[in-house]
Amino acid sequence: MRVGVVTFPGSNCDYDLYKAAQQIGAKVEFIWHRQKNLDAYDALMLPGGFSYGDYLRAGAIARISPVMEDIIGFAENGGPVLGICNGFQILCEAGLLPGALVRNASLRFESKDIHLRVEQTDTPFTSEYQKGQILRMPIAHGEGNYEADDQLLEALEAEGRVVFRYVSSDGELSDEANPNGSKNSIAGLTNKSGNVLGMMPHPERAMEEILGSIDGVGVFLSLATNLSTVVL
Amino acid sequence: MSAGESASVTIPLVPPRTGDPEITSELVADHGLSDDEYERICRIMGRIPTFTELGVFSAMWSEHCGYKNSKRLLQLLPTEAPWVIQGPGENAGVIDIGDGYALAFKIESHNHPSAVEPYQGAATGVGGILRDVFTMGARPIAILDSLRFGDLDSARVRYLFGGVVSGVGDYGNCIGVPNIGGEVAFDRGYEGNPIVNAMCLGLMKKEDLITASASGVGNTLMAVGARTGRDGIHGATFASEELSEESEESSRPQVQVGDPFTEKLLLEASLELISSGSITGIQDMGAAGITSSAAEMAGRAGNGVEIDVARVPVREPDMTPYEILLSESQERMLVVATKGYEDEVHRILEKWELEAEEIGEVTADGRFRVLEDGAVVADMPALPLTDGCPTYEREGIEADEVRELREMDLAEHLIPEGDLTKAFLLLLASPNVASKRWIYHQYDTTVRTSTAVRPGGDSGVIRIRGTEKAIAATTDCNGRFVYLDPRQGAMIAVAEAARNLVCSGAIPAAITNNLNFGNPLKQHIYYQFREAVLGMADACKAFETPVTGGNVSFYNETDGLAIYPTPVIGMVGIIENISHISPQAFQSEGDDIVLLGENTAEIGGAEYLYVTAGLVAGFPPRVDLTRERQLQRAVLTMIQEKELRSAHDCSDGGLACALAECALGDGEAPFGVNVVLDDALPPVATLFAESQGRIVVSCAPNRTENVIRLAMDHGVPARKIGTVGGRGESFHVTAVSGQIETDLTSLHQAYFGALPAIMNTPVSSEE
Repeated sequence: MRVGVVTFPGSNCDYDLYKAAQQIGAKVEFIWHRQKNLDAYDALMLPGGFSYGDYLRAGAIARISPVMEDIIGFAENGGPVLGICNGFQILCEAGLLPGALVRNASLRFESKDIHLRVEQTDTPFTSEYQKGQILRMPIAHGEGNYEADDQLLEALEAEGRVVFRYVSSDGELSDEANPNGSKNSIAGLTNKSGNVLGMMPHPERAMEEILGSIDGVGVFLSLATNLSTVVL
Repeated sequence: MSAGESASVTIPLVPPRTGDPEITSELVADHGLSDDEYERICRIMGRIPTFTELGVFSAMWSEHCGYKNSKRLLQLLPTEAPWVIQGPGENAGVIDIGDGYALAFKIESHNHPSAVEPYQGAATGVGGILRDVFTMGARPIAILDSLRFGDLDSARVRYLFGGVVSGVGDYGNCIGVPNIGGEVAFDRGYEGNPIVNAMCLGLMKKEDLITASASGVGNTLMAVGARTGRDGIHGATFASEELSEESEESSRPQVQVGDPFTEKLLLEASLELISSGSITGIQDMGAAGITSSAAEMAGRAGNGVEIDVARVPVREPDMTPYEILLSESQERMLVVATKGYEDEVHRILEKWELEAEEIGEVTADGRFRVLEDGAVVADMPALPLTDGCPTYEREGIEADEVRELREMDLAEHLIPEGDLTKAFLLLLASPNVASKRWIYHQYDTTVRTSTAVRPGGDSGVIRIRGTEKAIAATTDCNGRFVYLDPRQGAMIAVAEAARNLVCSGAIPAAITNNLNFGNPLKQHIYYQFREAVLGMADACKAFETPVTGGNVSFYNETDGLAIYPTPVIGMVGIIENISHISPQAFQSEGDDIVLLGENTAEIGGAEYLYVTAGLVAGFPPRVDLTRERQLQRAVLTMIQEKELRSAHDCSDGGLACALAECALGDGEAPFGVNVVLDDALPPVATLFAESQGRIVVSCAPNRTENVIRLAMDHGVPARKIGTVGGRGESFHVTAVSGQIETDLTSLHQAYFGALPAIMNTPVSSEE
C-alpha cells in the first residue's frame, strides 16, 4: 500500500500520521501542498494541525491549496481519503464531506482521551473493528463541534454514514461524553460512497501501549487489508 | 580600562540624524541608564552617542539583556558536568543523552507582558522559548509552563489566568509541540504580577548542534521570517522596570503579538537551513530585536557586524533606525549565511513561503555599525555592548517583617478547628492542590506521538523514538518557602524537582532556571536573590544537576509590592529504559502503601495554613540534601528493580493530599485507601505538613519486605502505612488522635471539581 500524507503549511500531525501508516507496513510519502499528480498513491491522508494557522476558519484556506484539486479527483475516482482533525475540517470545507465543524460548545480547546463507539464496520477504514466496539483515543481541537441541519443528519443516519460516535467508557451516549457539542455525538463520518472518512479524534496517536492506547491501529489496518484485496 | 574602552584609536564621528531628539539627561534617564552608566558609554564611545546608539546601549545594558544585577552571583552556580555539551550563554543549554542524541532546553519568563495583555503576553513567551531551542538545531519536543497568579476570588485574576492559559495553549497547539507539565500556584503575593515562565525541550542529533555566532568575516547577515514593525520597541527595557497602575494602558504597545503559524513555518525553515549547511549561525531576534541578536552573535565570535536598516523588511513605512533596531516584532531570525550560499537560504525560505533579506555582513573590525541607506547612523565597538555592561553586587538585608513572619509561633494552628475531614476536603479543593486538568485539557499533550506521561503526574515524560530511552521534565518552586527562607526555599525547589523526576523513573541530569524577583535595587530583594542563588548552588552540586542556562526576571513589583521570590527550577532527567517509567497513581487493590522518609511537625509555609488561616508564616521545612539524595537513589533503585507499582512525591497539602492523588489517579476509577499513621505528632502535622524528603510508594504485598530493605540499605526510613483499597471503597487515613474518612465521590468532587467551578464564574479585565 502506498500512502500519501498531505502536508499543508501549518500541518503538524503529518509526521505522526506518517509513522502510523508506516507501522502497519505501508510505504508512505509526504505530499507537499503544491504537488501535482497523485496517481502514485493508493490512499491519501490529510493530517491534523493548523493549516494556514486556521486563519479565517479552520480548513478554509487549505481548501484552495493547489493540491486540493487532485485530492478531489482522487476521491471522486473512489480512492480512499482519510482526514483527521484539521484534515476532517479541510474535507468539509472542500465539500468532500457534508456539514461543518464549528467552535467547541465549551469555547475552549479540548485535549483529552475520549471514548468512541464504532457504528459502521462496512467501510475501508473500520472493517477490522467490531460493530459497537468501544475505542479510547485522544482528541485535541478547538473546532470539532459537528454541525448539520436536520435534513442532513437524517440522511447521514439513514445511509449509515456515521462511523464513530462519542460515548462514555461503557458505551452510552450522553452530553457529558460528547466533548465538543457535536450533533448526534458524531465523531466521524463518510461521504456517500464510503471512500472518504473524516474524524476529529486521533487514531494515529493511539498506536502503541506506551502512548496509552492501541485502539487506533484498526483504522490503518482496515485500510491496509482492504487495499490489499482490491486491484487498483 | 576594559578592552572596549581602548579599542578605538580614531573615533568615528556620526552626525546626528535629522529628526532624532537631542541627547539630554532626561532622555538618558528615560532609557533606564544611570549617570554613571551614561558616562561609561561616553568613555567607550569617545564621544556623545547618537540617539540610535543610546537606544542600542540602553537595550543591551538593560537588566533583561545585560544581567547587570545578577551576573556576579550567577557565576556561583555549577555549570559543568561530563554530559553538558553547552552551558549558559547560548540560546539554550544542551546535554548529551546518549545514542547520538542531544537535548536542548531552556526556560524563559514573559511576566511583564502577561500582566498587561495575558493572552498575547503568554503566547509570545511560548514563541520565544521555542525559537531559543530550534535555533540550536533541535526540534522542539515538549513544552512546560510554570505559572503564578493572585487568589482566584478576584475576577481580574481569573481574567489573567484564563488569558494566560489560552495564550500558552493556542501557541503550542498550533505549532504542534505537546505540553507535558509544569505547575501553577495562586497566592495574594502574585496579585499584581503574574509569573509566566515557559520551558521548551528540543531533540537533535549531536552533530546538528549549531550556535548563535557571527563567524566568518564577509559572511552575510540575513533577516528571516516576519517583517519588522513598531511593536515591542524597548520591551527589554520595559521588562526591567516595576509596573504601576498606569503600566497597563501605557505599556500595551510594548507587548508583541504572536503568529504561531509563521513560527511553525520558521521552525521548519530553520531546521532545514541548519541541515543544509548553508549557514554558520542563527539567532532569534528576541528581546531587543536585531540589536541584541546582532551584538550577541558578533560578541561570541569576536567579530564586528555592519547592518543597513534600509534593507530590513518592514511592516510600516517611515520607521527610523532606532525603531528598526529595537523592535521586538515576533517570529524573526537573524541568520549568518556562508558567503555564496545566500541563494540557497532564499530557496529554502521561499519553499516555506517566508521572506529572507540580506541586511549586512560580518566584519573584521569589531564594530557594531548601522547604516541607513548607506549613511552611518551608529558606529560603536561591539564587545562592550555584551561584555561591557556594568555589573553590580549589592548589599542585601533581610526585611524585618519576613523574619517576624518566620518566627511566628504556630502552635495554635496545629490544633484543628473542627473536623479534620472537612479541613482535608477544603485543602484538596484549594486551587493550589486541586487537579489542574482545567488547564492542561486546553493544551495539546499528545501531538508528536511520543508523550509517555502527560501532565498531572510528578513529571512529564517523552520517549525518544528509535532508542530505549525517555526524557522526563518538571518545573518546581514553592515561592512561600523561598519568601520565608530564601536559601532553604531554593534548595527545596531543586530537591523537589529532582524528587519529581526520580518518582517518574528518571535520573536527574541538568537544570535551567528562571529567577523571578522584585526590584534588586532594594536591599531586602537583593538579599532574597543572593540567598536563593546560594541555596540553589548548594543543591545543584548535591544532586549533580548543573545549570545550563536560564533567565532572570527582576522588577516583578506593582506599586512597590514585590512578588514572592520565585526561582523556578526547570529540570530534565533521563530514563534509561522506557520500562522504568513509573506512574504516580495506585495501580492495584490490595497493594501495600509504603512511606519513605519521615513525617515531622514542620507546618511552616504549608498550604494548610493559607487555606485555614490565610497565613504565610513559620520556618519552611528543612531539607537535608544528603538524606534527600539517599532517598532519591533508593527510589530509583526500587523502580529499576521493578519493586514498585507507583511512586509519588509528597508536596503541596502534605501526606494526606499525596495519598488522595495516588488514590484518584486520572479520576476514572479511584481506589480506596486504608492508612494508619502512628507518628507521635499532632494530626494536623502528620497529615498536612509539607515536610521534605518523603515519597509515597505502592507495591505488591510480596515485595514490601524488599522495598523496606532497599530503603534501609540506602539509610532511608521506611514503613508500611496501609493498603490500597478497592474501587468504590472509602478513603480512610488515621493519625494519632484524629482521622480523615470520606467516600471517593466527595474526594473526586473536591479534587477535580474545584478549578472548573471557580473558572465558570465571570472574569473581568478591570482592577
